[in-house]
Amino acid sequence: MKLEISQVVQGCRLGALTGLGKTAQHSLETPGCLLYTRCGSVPHLTQDTLHTLTSLPAVTQLTLATLAEHQEVLEEFKEGARKFAGLHDTVVYCSLHDPAAPNPPGYITNKTVSVWGSGGRIELTVARYMALQAAIQPDWYQSMADGETGQENTSRKRVRKAVDRTLSHLDECLVLHQKMQELKEVEIFGVVEGGDVREERLRSARETAKRPVTGFVLDGFQSGVMGADLRSQLIAATTAELPQDKPRLLQGVGRPDEVLDCVEAGVDLFESFFPYQATERGCALCFDFNIEPDPERAGTRTPTVLNSDKEEIITGELLRENGDGSGDAPGKMTCFEKDLRDKRYREDFRPLVLGCSCYCCRNHQRAYVHHLLVTNELLAGVLLMLHNTAHYLSFFQALRRALAQDRLPDLKKQVLQCHQGQ
Amino acid sequence: MAAPCRTDAIFETVVEEIETNEMCSKKAASLAPLVLHMVAECPVTKARVCDLTLPHCTVNTPVFMPVGTQGTLKGITVDQLEELNCQICLGNTYHLGMRPGPELIDKANGLHGFMNWKRNLLTDSGGFQMVSLVELSEVTEEGVKFRSPYDGKEILLTPEQSIAIQNSLGSDIMMQLDDVVSSTVTGPRVEEAMHRSIRWLDRSIAANKNPDRQNLFAIIQGGLNSQLRKACLEEMTKRDVPGFAIGGLSGGEEKDDFWKMVTLSTDHLPRCKPRYLMGVGYAVDLVVCVALGCDMFDCVFPTRTARFGSALVPWGSLQLKTKQFAKDFQPIDQECQCATCRRHTRAYLHALLKCDTAGMHHITVHNISYQLTLMRSVRESIIEKRFPEFVKSFMKRMFPTSDQYPRWAVEALASVNITLD
Ligand SMILES: [Zn+2]
Ligand SMILES: [Zn+2]
Repeated sequence: MKLEISQVVQGCRLGALTGLGKTAQHSLETPGCLLYTRCGSVPHLTQDTLHTLTSLPAVTQLTLATLAEHQEVLEEFKEGARKFAGLHDTVVYCSLHDPAAPNPPGYITNKTVSVWGSGGRIELTVARYMALQAAIQPDWYQSMADGETGQENTSRKRVRKAVDRTLSHLDECLVLHQKMQELKEVEIFGVVEGGDVREERLRSARETAKRPVTGFVLDGFQSGVMGADLRSQLIAATTAELPQDKPRLLQGVGRPDEVLDCVEAGVDLFESFFPYQATERGCALCFDFNIEPDPERAGTRTPTVLNSDKEEIITGELLRENGDGSGDAPGKMTCFEKDLRDKRYREDFRPLVLGCSCYCCRNHQRAYVHHLLVTNELLAGVLLMLHNTAHYLSFFQALRRALAQDRLPDLKKQVLQCHQGQ
Repeated sequence: MAAPCRTDAIFETVVEEIETNEMCSKKAASLAPLVLHMVAECPVTKARVCDLTLPHCTVNTPVFMPVGTQGTLKGITVDQLEELNCQICLGNTYHLGMRPGPELIDKANGLHGFMNWKRNLLTDSGGFQMVSLVELSEVTEEGVKFRSPYDGKEILLTPEQSIAIQNSLGSDIMMQLDDVVSSTVTGPRVEEAMHRSIRWLDRSIAANKNPDRQNLFAIIQGGLNSQLRKACLEEMTKRDVPGFAIGGLSGGEEKDDFWKMVTLSTDHLPRCKPRYLMGVGYAVDLVVCVALGCDMFDCVFPTRTARFGSALVPWGSLQLKTKQFAKDFQPIDQECQCATCRRHTRAYLHALLKCDTAGMHHITVHNISYQLTLMRSVRESIIEKRFPEFVKSFMKRMFPTSDQYPRWAVEALASVNITLD
């Protein structure tokens, strides 16, 4: 794996990760995102529906959280999770947690971390963690980490412990990594912890960078654990300590405005769980990232549409405040999406987003998706997931284009316009 | 009711072709937007192969029609359905009439436009759902009275209203509202329902606003009573409807009674019109009822059972949620050509079912493929004059030993000259 940075614009690194995968023939443009999965499957989608989408990321993210319970099966299968899940031509990255399913705190020990499968908690030592990686056989994975620094009033001492434990996990992972035949030619990313304590962040970054890792996972910056300004400052300070030629993957951040902030702070890679969360809340991503002075598209967003979209945010948040009671919190509705359950879409025969070329928008109308949602039909999840994934991937494309054209401020203005008036 | 003239060249050609067939000439003169072209008849049984031309495309029968209750087929996209070679599927008038309602579907250019399905649709009358799903429904001469489960309002569904909704839905085949009585009920109520269904058929025919583009099928009633069935058949076949459904069965009656009513019906139905056996979809039932002369079938079973992790195979079904499949790295069915079997193992589906809806979608795709492929094989065997052999090997594969053959199936097949070994 090699990171080639072609341009740095206001701290944003435009480039490409090349030489990915066992045959080194894949590449991923940065800033970019990985394809989110649960148990090796993009939620709601079969391979044929998924592949109605063009320009999917070359890298698929698997999570130990959704695969750990199948360890024995994968060990008997012997050919790795990629083949097990019927994912053929993709690079596979394996993370510890599922970014869309936060873990309950309080289960981390000096020697173990825990994930929750369908049958309950699974406690992982470094040995088990590595055995799992050997069974999954990813192209690249993160080392085991203690990322439990997000609670309110987490003490400095606890943050320091998280950094120490994560470094010691990394060292143990590296020792085992060398010994395991299955992980030959597999790349490992070290995890940078440190909560909201600057010195700990710097120490974690410096120490991790000393180890033979291919890249870095920035943990503990999940949406909601700290203010946006503090996060940007901490990420910028952290990335300044990391070698320029290695990729940085940020965990748990998916909102478009936050993505833009973090790209400016030096992040290269994101997870794409945000489209999934929007799908679970019955919402379609609709934020505008089009900055081309294209007269044909100029008229597509009339002021009336914008106003009505704003109203809906307020009702949406009120409606969803109590959540839906399911295990995976879909999170709160954001201003980057519209709630298609809303009555206003009952007779709206337009595509979800005008000009979108995803399967859903090419074939279906808001009224139909609204109907599927109010009747609890499974196809709603399929169509929303297709659109939301397409929209999110297009946003990253627009971001790279804006960087290449040195027009990031225009893009930010466009993406953030939904914040105005809130 | 006079149907407007139609000058569709394709239809004329097919009509001519059928007019060469003596038995069908009279009925084919009907101007209904449906043409049945007999491709082959089994010389041994009553099985037949037809090309049924409907407004949106030709349907090759015998055909299984998957059920898309609320304008969607359980997580499957219309492109996936087309990919599976599905030529016709069902929508439920009761559900669609409630949500999103006929006015909205009218605005969306009918159910075809609303769900963006380019092939044929069949809609039921809504009566069956009302009687089976809604408590406190009451049948009068006027129609079926029930309380809306959504707002508690009392609603009366008349034959005219059912047709009006189905006219808005724009289905290629509509069903008359019939007076549904559970097949386990006996006595005067069955006779009353049969006569009322005939009266409601006449009201439905009169109410059809689009006889030039929507076919209205009659539903033969009469419970499990041969005399009543015959009387119903005699009356209903006097009407110039484009097709017939055999109703009031598949509701928990004894299979012995079931197949006898089916075969009695096909004996009295005109040869040149399609015969639709409602609510039947188990593989054995399909194969036997094709032998008894039925052309069209529908059932929620293959898609419903998929959502519980049950995959249909030529030897029965696999309960993929059970532990025995956790490490089974074969496809559901080695010989199946569906997208699921080409890519995924039983073990992966077992794992995925615990985690995401895509697991169900994979099995739904497979089960629809299984049903449609089964009917395609049936069709080919009839054309190639080896249907009896097909039935025998199908039964052998489905049941480990011949003493496990259901007695009713053995008897039904014997009645059409297939003796199972
Ligand atoms: Zn779209
Ligand atoms: Zn299959």
